[in-house]
Amino acid sequence: MADSANPGHLGDGEARRDFLYLLTGAMGAIGTGIVAWPFIHSMNPSAEVLALSSTEVDLSPIEEGMAITVVWQGKPVFIRRRTPEEIEDAGKVALDDLPDPESDKDRVQKPEWLVMVGICTHLGCIPKGQRAGDPKGEFGGWFCPCHGSHYDTSGRIRKGPAPRNLDIPPYEFLDGNVIRIG
Amino acid sequence: MSDGKANNPLVRMVGGTIKWIEYRLPIFSFIDHAVGRGYPSPRNLSYWWNFGSLAGLALVIMIMTGIMLAMQYTPHVDYAFDSVERIMRDVNYGWLLRYLHTNGGSFFFIVVYIHVFRGLYYGSYKEPRELLWILGVALLVLMMMGAFTGYVLPWGQMSYWAATVITNLFSAIPLVGDWIVTWLWGGFAVDNPTLNRFYALHYLIPFVIVGVVLLHIWALHRFGSNNPLGIDTKGPQDTIPFHPYYTAKDAYGVGVFLLLFTAVVFFAPNLMAEPENYIPANPLVTPAHIVPEWYFLPYYAILRSVTFDIWFLSAKLIGVLLMFGSVLILFVIPWLDRSPVRSAKFRPIYKQFFWILLADCVVLGWVGANPAEPPYLYFGQAATAYYFFHFLILLPLLSFFERPRPLPSSISEPVLKGGGTPAGAAAKPMEKAR
Repeated sequence: MADSANPGHLGDGEARRDFLYLLTGAMGAIGTGIVAWPFIHSMNPSAEVLALSSTEVDLSPIEEGMAITVVWQGKPVFIRRRTPEEIEDAGKVALDDLPDPESDKDRVQKPEWLVMVGICTHLGCIPKGQRAGDPKGEFGGWFCPCHGSHYDTSGRIRKGPAPRNLDIPPYEFLDGNVIRIG
Repeated sequence: MSDGKANNPLVRMVGGTIKWIEYRLPIFSFIDHAVGRGYPSPRNLSYWWNFGSLAGLALVIMIMTGIMLAMQYTPHVDYAFDSVERIMRDVNYGWLLRYLHTNGGSFFFIVVYIHVFRGLYYGSYKEPRELLWILGVALLVLMMMGAFTGYVLPWGQMSYWAATVITNLFSAIPLVGDWIVTWLWGGFAVDNPTLNRFYALHYLIPFVIVGVVLLHIWALHRFGSNNPLGIDTKGPQDTIPFHPYYTAKDAYGVGVFLLLFTAVVFFAPNLMAEPENYIPANPLVTPAHIVPEWYFLPYYAILRSVTFDIWFLSAKLIGVLLMFGSVLILFVIPWLDRSPVRSAKFRPIYKQFFWILLADCVVLGWVGANPAEPPYLYFGQAATAYYFFHFLILLPLLSFFERPRPLPSSISEPVLKGGGTPAGAAAKPMEKAR
């Protein structure tokens, strides 16, 4: 509060009062925020939930063309051992045809193994396509029954309301056929 | 109180006690002004004005049965489903309490939706009752939160996937969406922390509703009820005391309501329930057809009607914004409808569009119950567009272009003149027909 904002008879007493009002108000707001944060943050994932942040999976029993679903952080993770045809299908799609352009090789570490979070990026349903009898959608990958999203053999969105490709979780190959997700 | 019967010592004692309390805490005169002889109400209220008190009754039923159920329920992912089945099979009258509670939710919405459309038809949201209306819309939003959090508690398949889909709506928010969703869940998926907090909120929300209801009634009593003619009361000749006239009329409504409600509870308790929710929640399998409870179907249809991106907004975000917008738009109706005439009785064009809007909402509900694919998708898109067209374009335009019919000069005028004027004569048959 500069003095020039309060010209005339009241002198600088009023400017000082304005300043004190603002300072008090600001301190009150900051204090409220500081007190509110523990309340808000208590609703975030707790330590024991965060402790479940990685999962190890042995891939050796999975044969070509098979898929398994494992749980990581309470979420299903799809692991599919893709056939050469599926890999070829996924590789030859023009990126311009994709709503969320991403090449197949950017989505896998080894082309044979496709590892994805099995949650539709629209509103969180679990797409069908893991089991032999499931509908796999128009692109041979996965199909979400909730609102009709079709994913291809690389888990990329091809048709329907989902905005993004199926997410790829962080994972690494530990040795040969064991991966650690998370 | 009872001054004429003061001979009986018991009556005298009760009367004295009341006076003693009244002097220190004027609660009896407060009640009298709220729902007693001291509350003058328009003399021409029709049965459409019963639904406010019925909503209050539904709220009381929900809280009473809810508290009893809470004593038997276990909010844990491993036990929730079983504890509900235990309520159904082992707890004395547990089946009754639960069916009253689940169907009570549906009847609460039936009553409140009628109450809302009553307000829309008779212009009850107009000056000076804008805040009364806004508080009412806030109550509707709170009810939806209560219904949603409650639906999750039995932890069946529909519970789980409703929780997943609805919380995922917030992931559409740019930048902070995913953070908000994780915060809502308390984890990385809908899980035990989610169930626990939903239970806490489900217990809290009804009492927040009670608080807002008190504000709603307070605002109502500032200017009194609107009425089928939509004109202000001009004096004692236009009013009758709330008690005994409207207490009696409300009591009759309560009787009809309870007949219908108990008929469903006893003879078709699962009429409005989803069989899928009798399957325990399975986070790894989504049911083939996810549908919300019937009272959310129109909003669900709006959510799913957007299948195309506009500009930089994704289809998902637009759908979410439209869905929330379809409710939030109700808040600003008093400023969208500028017509000085309240009642649709005197608004020949608005009256027709009112019924079209109602039909539009029914179509949206029907679309919401069906898969999101052609031809339902196109119906849904058309009905969604019309819904917003009605509020955003039609209402403001009608305010200027519609020529209202002449209003009667007072509520009592047609009665005192022998009922000959068109407004009063036309009123009764119209109400009965609808």
